Amino acid sequence: MTTQASVLKNLAEVRAMIRRHKRNDLIFSIIGLLALMVGLLTLLTLFVDLVSDGYQRFNLDFLSNYPSRRAASAGLLSAWVGSLLVMLVTFFSAVPMGVAAGIYLEEYAPKNWFSDLIEINVTNLAGVPSIVYGLLALSLFVYGLGLGESILTAGLTLGLLILPIVIVATRESIRGIPVAIREAAYAVGATKWQVVFHHVLHYSSGGILTGIIIGMARALGETAPIITIGALTFIAFLPPSPITDTAPFINFEWLSSGFTVLPIQMFNWLSRPDHAFHINAAATGALIIVVTLLMNGTAIWLRYRIRKNIKW
Amino acid sequence: MQSKFVPTQLLKVAGVAALVTAAFSIQHADAADKNDIIRIDGSSTVYPITEAVAEDFQKAKRIKVTVGISGTGGGFKKFCRGETDISEASRPILSKEMEACKAAGIEYIELPVAYDALTVVINPKNTFIKSFTVEELKKLWEPEAQGKIKTWKQINAAWPDTPVKLFGAGSDSGTFDYFTEAVVGKAKSSRGDFTASEDDNVLVQGVASDVAATGYFGFAYYEENSTRVKAVPIVAKAGAPAVLPSRETVMNGTYQPLSRPLFIYVSANAAKNNPNVKAFVDFYLANAKTLVEEVKYIPLPANEYAAVNEHWKTMKVGTGFGGEPEVGVKITDLLKRIK
Repeated sequence: MTTQASVLKNLAEVRAMIRRHKRNDLIFSIIGLLALMVGLLTLLTLFVDLVSDGYQRFNLDFLSNYPSRRAASAGLLSAWVGSLLVMLVTFFSAVPMGVAAGIYLEEYAPKNWFSDLIEINVTNLAGVPSIVYGLLALSLFVYGLGLGESILTAGLTLGLLILPIVIVATRESIRGIPVAIREAAYAVGATKWQVVFHHVLHYSSGGILTGIIIGMARALGETAPIITIGALTFIAFLPPSPITDTAPFINFEWLSSGFTVLPIQMFNWLSRPDHAFHINAAATGALIIVVTLLMNGTAIWLRYRIRKNIKW
Repeated sequence: MQSKFVPTQLLKVAGVAALVTAAFSIQHADAADKNDIIRIDGSSTVYPITEAVAEDFQKAKRIKVTVGISGTGGGFKKFCRGETDISEASRPILSKEMEACKAAGIEYIELPVAYDALTVVINPKNTFIKSFTVEELKKLWEPEAQGKIKTWKQINAAWPDTPVKLFGAGSDSGTFDYFTEAVVGKAKSSRGDFTASEDDNVLVQGVASDVAATGYFGFAYYEENSTRVKAVPIVAKAGAPAVLPSRETVMNGTYQPLSRPLFIYVSANAAKNNPNVKAFVDFYLANAKTLVEEVKYIPLPANEYAAVNEHWKTMKVGTGFGGEPEVGVKITDLLKRIK
């Protein structure tokens, strides 16, 4: 009788404890949800605000017109072409270097003080304010190497900016590969080079691509370093085309051309007295957000696809 | 076993492309044939006018023009390094910049193209201020006022003992240089404890949302926001009437000392040797009146445009100012000073 009573009492205590823990679970999940909502709603509010201000400009003319003093007929042509070309240079400068550096640090670098130094530097570089890259680029690329205020300078600057992101992403995804895979490759007689290129790099490509795309999305929205190196504000012609109809069918004159990019065009319109230009700025902002979201979406999709196809 | 995507090949292509890119670009950057592009940079205040001119010029003549915004000071830095053909300025060239240009062997032709009225504004709910004398503005903005002048009563005993909030132009802008010269008597000499911004919309917002605030910016920003902020009439000197900034009072010269000419500085070398630059400035002056009005700035009176045109034809180099933003000079007199 007494034992039964004590068991019952005990049971009640246990039940109370479970209830308490469940309540704590609930409270925490609500806090988590709220935290998520703060981030999500902020972005959503911003986006809805931009769209509701700028929707009148969402048409093809806005993308195919040059800047103009008349807000209604002003467009983004030179800005989005400029952004695209700058991104191209950024991609071709940051990706090979970043991936190679990541592979070196993970696979080849001896573990000594020098590697540690590089590692600390790379991690720190990722946190350097972007304006600092702009100042570096101004003295190094614009004046030091005499590249001028060109698409090449802008692309290289942004390339430097996202280099640490690419390196860190490469290293993280290389680390995720099981040791067994390497050992298996070595066991059948592969050289180190073959192991790295046929297996390690292959299986980590999803993570590396994600890092690259996220880096590119960040570069797209950067304004400060681009202003520092002297992007133009009014430019109503396009750089020379990279592809020509005469041999050798490809030219690099566009690299030395002046340029403007989307965030700078937006910044300029926003600082105008005339409110009609603020509508253009809002539309540009919405466009930048959409492109960034698309890029990040592609990164997630690619990672999912590539992971799905890897079976070990 | 894995996806079709082959990163190895992508990396090879990317690597080769990067090398080729680097090799070609270095050649091209040196041999940049930028002579056929007219390069303009400088003041953000003058930018809307030049943008309008550049837009129409490009449509009419098919000659490429680029315009940047580096501020008056930043524009002159580039101009005196020979990086631009034309520099826009919202104040005359300063002695430091004259020296830099001289050292680089760059001569320039000074051309006023429009007027602007620096407008002192207050919050519309502020009812006790009917006008500012220059003396009062000086008391409020001079460096000695820093940390001391905190209430309206300290400036004028008739005003209430409520706090003052200040909004002004950033120290890199020609607007800041001109305002301090006109009000304090020395360019760049100002108290530091105010909210500074190069973006005039920020200043409009600041004054519009704070009943204790006052600030100054270009006339175009006031005109666009005249329901949100109130312009204050300015008394130039004791006994003179209080004058509100407007097209009329600027053009007839009664809005003093805060009305200022806006300039373009044309490289004399480019003007003489580059027919494109000459054609552009011709076009600029021929269409200045219409375009200045269209972008809501204040045009020069007809006789002053005639004088500027005459000055451009003779291509006399140099400035009519002594290296500081002198206040209240008539443009016709100014151009006569340049020998």
